[in-house]
Amino acid sequence: MLMGPQVLIEVRLPNCSQADIRQRGRMLVTIAHATMSDNPVQAGRKKKLRVVSKRRRRVENALIAYSFIAPNFLGFAVFTLGPILFAFALAFMHWDGSNPITFAGLDNFWRLFEDKAFIDALWNTIVFTVVSVPATLACALGLAILLNQKIFGRDFFRTAMFFPYVASLVAVAVVWNMIFNPEMGPVNMILYTLGIAPENLPGWAADRHWAMVTVILFGIWKSMGYYMVIYLAGLQGINSELYEAAGLDGANAWQKFRHVTLPQLAPTTFFVTVMLTIQSFKVFDQVYMITQGGPGTSTLVLVYHIYNEAFISWDLGYSSMISLVLFFLVLAVTVIQFRRQKED
Amino acid sequence: MRIAGKKISTGTIAVYLTVIVVTIIMLLPFAWMLSASLKLSRDVFAFPIEWIPSEPRWQNYVDIWTKIPLALFIYNTSKLTIIVTVLQLLTSSFAAYAFAKLHFPYKNTLFLGYIATIAMPWQVYMVPQFLLMREFGLNNTHLALICLQAFTAFGVFLMRQFYMSIPTELCEAARIDGMNEYQIWAKIMLPLSKPALSTLTIFTFVTTWNDFLGPMIYLTRTELKTIQIGLRMFISQYSAEYGLIMAASVVALIPVLIVFLALQRFFVEGVASSGIKG
Repeated sequence: MLMGPQVLIEVRLPNCSQADIRQRGRMLVTIAHATMSDNPVQAGRKKKLRVVSKRRRRVENALIAYSFIAPNFLGFAVFTLGPILFAFALAFMHWDGSNPITFAGLDNFWRLFEDKAFIDALWNTIVFTVVSVPATLACALGLAILLNQKIFGRDFFRTAMFFPYVASLVAVAVVWNMIFNPEMGPVNMILYTLGIAPENLPGWAADRHWAMVTVILFGIWKSMGYYMVIYLAGLQGINSELYEAAGLDGANAWQKFRHVTLPQLAPTTFFVTVMLTIQSFKVFDQVYMITQGGPGTSTLVLVYHIYNEAFISWDLGYSSMISLVLFFLVLAVTVIQFRRQKED
Repeated sequence: MRIAGKKISTGTIAVYLTVIVVTIIMLLPFAWMLSASLKLSRDVFAFPIEWIPSEPRWQNYVDIWTKIPLALFIYNTSKLTIIVTVLQLLTSSFAAYAFAKLHFPYKNTLFLGYIATIAMPWQVYMVPQFLLMREFGLNNTHLALICLQAFTAFGVFLMRQFYMSIPTELCEAARIDGMNEYQIWAKIMLPLSKPALSTLTIFTFVTTWNDFLGPMIYLTRTELKTIQIGLRMFISQYSAEYGLIMAASVVALIPVLIVFLALQRFFVEGVASSGIKG
């Protein structure tokens, strides 16, 4: 074998430009061509290949490609694609998981409209999404702009902001519950020392009106660091000449933000919005940990309802119907976002 | 304003102040957790907060190991996380190579199958997936969780986006050198894709380690439980033992902290270059 592979491994992507790599790639091809005739093994192999029919080679290539895909695709098809198709079918069935499945037609669908808990869950999910998506997005963008500047200890700050995202949800949720404990928690203690009367202190997770606020605050705190990193990547892709040009035109900081940063970040914002919306529609863990859907149904969300119907009531057909609603919600929002982005 | 002989604008000061305040808000719950883990339960809520306990109660960190099978939970979680992460990295990068650099029939159809499910919340199909696993006799096994987490569309998509940015000329050169496709994947693509691999490692490790709903549905036997479920069990059993709960939470956080700090320098680079920013 030639020196090729060793040379190739030395090519470090992040350190050189795309054009640079392409150039080096082409050079290697040239080197390889030039040295090939000196290599009897290579020459022999080439002759043999020519004998093999074109069709057989195509089949061989396809088989090699499929062998690359197979390990992942088999798992993916069995454990993801299959269940997805099954979920769609199950929405039109009655099944408790042990007795025979019976066809239900649209029974499960009509039941949605009579199910008070479903309507509450749908409403709560929408409220959660409408509040937490813009709030998280704004925090993430603000932080990314601050931490894109050359400030002392930047890496530390970035790491600190990101850490809540990777931290174990069970662990941080229990801390959150303690900190926001209505009677003893430090947050209410501080509010009390600031002069808020005990009867006016928020009841946080224990209060119908504050429970959703508590869950939303927790969600923003937990996930904004992740979206900040995505925004940082977006900011680093903006050509600095645009800012220089805006500066020459006499733009101030706000105008630069409004007319350079925001439009340049449009694809990133699109991605972040879609991701955040999907994440918000499927929120479950943090609700389960902080409020268990309560008090009453004040924080019951769609996935919580799916979970209850499936694994508490074992009404698998109906729970799949709610899943279907969740699916179409996510699909609708994604399609609308795509349309809007195309218009821009 | 002048500090240490340097002129510093009010803008800079405002930036630092904001960043420091936000950082404190982000880290305060962790500081509180650490501080509470060294206190007696009745002192945890003492106000004003005593951040550094005058008499740190290290006994909490001894007691947690005997109150619940914490070591077993950590072992279970580590086993699951490592197997899932390795499988995810291998199969995703393997499949991604074919999608990025090889030509074969139905390539676009297959890839569309992956893309279509990325936006699909797992919660939509978790019920039929559970029924399928039960049919295979896999409920109450770790294998079920491995199967459902190791083959994600997200992993394939992320790796494929990164491989697309590697010039095809490199593969062509290697082919002329007589390398077969498997060698090209192993010796060229893998070493070049460190940022993407690191990103995927962080994502998979963190998701699997912190997964809650999956283990909650599949694992009902105590000896199989993961740290998250175990911690949750502990919280409901000893709801007033605040000091112990906090100590167990600190222990559950440490592995993620280590992996994150070890790989975080790749992270921004990985997110940027794999194109998951859209």
